[in-house]
Amino acid sequence: MNRKNRITGALFVGTTAFSAFLIIAVIIILLVVIIIGGKDTFSWKFLTSFPEDGMMKGGIFPAIYGTVLLVLIMSVAAVPFGTITAIYLTEYAKETSILAKTIRFAVRTLATVPSIIFGLFGLGFFIKFVGGGMDNMFLGGQLKWGQPNILWASLTMSLLTLPVVIVSVEEAIRTVPREMREASLALGATKWETIKRIVIPGSRSGIMTGTILAVSRGAGEVAPILFTGAAYYLATLPTSLSDQFMNLGYHIYIMATQSANVDQTLPIQFATTLVLLMLTFMLNLTAVIIRSRLRRKAK
Amino acid sequence: MKEPKIKTRDLTLFYGEKMALNAISMDIPEKEVTAFIGPSGCGKSTFLRTLNRMNDLIPNVKITGEVLVDSLNIYDKQIDVVNLRKKVGMVFQKSNPFTKSIFENVAYGPKINGMNNKAKLEEIVESSLKKAFIWEEVKDRLHDSAMGLSGGQQQRMCIARALAVEPEIILMDEPASALDPISTAKIEELIFELKKSYTIVIVTHNMQQAARVSDVTAFFYLGELIEFGKTKKIFTTPDKKQTEEYITGRFG
Repeated sequence: MNRKNRITGALFVGTTAFSAFLIIAVIIILLVVIIIGGKDTFSWKFLTSFPEDGMMKGGIFPAIYGTVLLVLIMSVAAVPFGTITAIYLTEYAKETSILAKTIRFAVRTLATVPSIIFGLFGLGFFIKFVGGGMDNMFLGGQLKWGQPNILWASLTMSLLTLPVVIVSVEEAIRTVPREMREASLALGATKWETIKRIVIPGSRSGIMTGTILAVSRGAGEVAPILFTGAAYYLATLPTSLSDQFMNLGYHIYIMATQSANVDQTLPIQFATTLVLLMLTFMLNLTAVIIRSRLRRKAK
Repeated sequence: MKEPKIKTRDLTLFYGEKMALNAISMDIPEKEVTAFIGPSGCGKSTFLRTLNRMNDLIPNVKITGEVLVDSLNIYDKQIDVVNLRKKVGMVFQKSNPFTKSIFENVAYGPKINGMNNKAKLEEIVESSLKKAFIWEEVKDRLHDSAMGLSGGQQQRMCIARALAVEPEIILMDEPASALDPISTAKIEELIFELKKSYTIVIVTHNMQQAARVSDVTAFFYLGELIEFGKTKKIFTTPDKKQTEEYITGRFG
């Protein structure tokens, strides 16, 4: 009996170790394949030049530029909005009130909605409804805002990343000790002054983490911008909010499925993937570091 | 006889369904030290927190009766809680400095009250720290983080921070319970000094401390005010048997 137990035990340990190893193996294989495939194409020039010859040669600068612009505009929309929502939830709404429960339910639901749905929502709401409405009202029906552009794509993406921001900021706000709020209130500060001078400064790193995680998520998602602003190829960089833009994720998808000669673009695909991976890895790593510092501080 | 600084009349407090204070009526004298003693959960801290309306922050609290500070009912609808808390300062059990510099901690109160003059702020910070007997220890590192101070220093800095808004009353919720004997002695010495200018109400678990620092003592048990009178009398010839049993250490 004892012996049998020991064997089952050893088997179980073996199985768990194997599963864990598998995960590491997947990551390693993924990285090795991408690095080997992309290393010859990856260069400074690749990062800074435009695609050439129907995207079979040249660089990916417009895609990098478009991605950065996308996440910037997205952050400008999502971070303040998400921070304010988190402040409302933690500081003003009663934990048990129907409104607070509804908001929390909405945030959780938003986080589980498939990203393509956001894309469709963006198309219907931002482009057709808001943009089309703007065109009808101000431009006499002339088409300007009622078509895909970087603004609508960024706003669509900000909806997708909003839950990330809200959850991070909420978590950070909760690490500001009650004693500190009480100290502030006992000195004659109003609730708003306490939030402004104690709670928000104390949650700065949480707001930062939320922003970085949102940016990293936004940089990698393709589905939300598919119908709302990403372009197949543009000879010029976007200069206005009503321009379309190129994007790293979308660029990979295009080269892999739509290009004239998929095999010939393979090295570019690998190199682009490498750039996108490095970008999101770096962002996530920064977020993890800030968050772990924050957690240590909270203890 | 001087008019009492704080008067409570039939002050009753419920946490949800649970009664935490039962019809407390008490006169707290001006510029003296009043100590609240009693076993844990007897309501002494809760009562203390009704005096600057800190219980407002807790949901499901219901308060009836009156608290009169300088003859004004602080639970009156017209009372501005912010002004009340400027007048009735508070020092907490656990020292709670802000994660800011020592200077910014002490200047916090004056700043939120609209004081922007740098020279004046420096003056307030210095005089407050002096009043709290900590100036000499921190004068060379005013712009260092307050988190680097020892527990006892933090607590005295928190007292300085409370003094900086020029309150008339200071509520202290077991201010020395987390401190070592030397820091505790410093705090007690400080209380002795402060009562010349301020009305002080202190909650303490420590019988000797209550006997040493206070002029008047209130003994609470299960949300009731059992006995209230001159500290000397309470500690030598209490009227109630429960009081005697508690201070002689037979329960609590």
